[in-house]
Amino acid sequence: MSGLEQLDSRSCVLLRLGDRRFALTADQVVELVAPSRVFRFPNRTKELDGVILRRGRVVPVCDISEPLTGKRMGARRFYLISSRATGLPGDSVAVPVSGDCELIHADLTPAGSDDSPHVAAWLSHNGEVIEVLNLTALTPAGPHTVLSEAETAMPEARA
Amino acid sequence: MTSPTPLRSTPLRTEQIILFRSSTQIFAISSGSVQEVRSVDSLAGSAAELGDSSVKKVRHVLRRTDRTLYVVNSALHFGLRPSPAALIFLLRRSRAALLVDGIEKMTTMTRLQALPPAFCNEERLWYRGLTVLDQNVIPVVNPLGFLTNEELLQLDAIANPVAAGTSPAVNEAGLSL
Repeated sequence: MSGLEQLDSRSCVLLRLGDRRFALTADQVVELVAPSRVFRFPNRTKELDGVILRRGRVVPVCDISEPLTGKRMGARRFYLISSRATGLPGDSVAVPVSGDCELIHADLTPAGSDDSPHVAAWLSHNGEVIEVLNLTALTPAGPHTVLSEAETAMPEARA
Repeated sequence: MTSPTPLRSTPLRTEQIILFRSSTQIFAISSGSVQEVRSVDSLAGSAAELGDSSVKKVRHVLRRTDRTLYVVNSALHFGLRPSPAALIFLLRRSRAALLVDGIEKMTTMTRLQALPPAFCNEERLWYRGLTVLDQNVIPVVNPLGFLTNEELLQLDAIANPVAAGTSPAVNEAGLSL
């Protein structure tokens, strides 16, 4: 959770997952995209549904609805592409959402020590208290261990 | 009066790849890492069955003049539904040969994207990255990612129990998790 202690008033994107609303700070939201084809290939990171292709870049899809609401998102879903605060360049995920998103400005209350790791802060909007999500805690951790020999030796060819 | 210096365009970096099918999935492999492509039938006589292999994806061993190759079933390696394989890729600088269903085509990739950091398990060994061809995302396999050092040691112990402890080539061909 970076900067939330200092900045208590932030722009946030409200998103709907099932019957509940959650928020992400706007500075980590890249864009909301229409339902897209999900490409799947074998992997062992079970939290990921596959990848979508956006402006030539491959973005992994992570359905955070299940851990937050107990239900997976339906087939007709939009994707909120968000960057993760992992320090790795270009580290973003596409979060399936209903498409019912709203940009608001709200005062944030930092999460307390008793709150779940996925809660970065709280906000109040139209009488509803909403969790501001810590996306890094909800999505696979990333290759924090030593990268594979193959990857370190990999030249990234660019067009 | 001098003529303006012509703009020099940067040559496009490309890589020849083979698109191959394993079960229902299409993968890509650099054609430079494939030494030979043989039909399963043509190697039937020279492949020996490995008795009681603890590495389930390897059932056969090929003894070449210069090396021993373990035949990896690509579908089992990637956790896909097993399907009848028709071809074997003999890989360069590797002790693995790869059983695949068939070749889709040979083509060229101009861009290899790193696997996104959210993919954080064995797939980081399996793939060099991802490429986009005709608006499809294709995983590009790492030819050294089919057998780990540990698996090679287990296979050596079965295929050649006397020499297993002294094999010098294990680290050249396998990766550690």
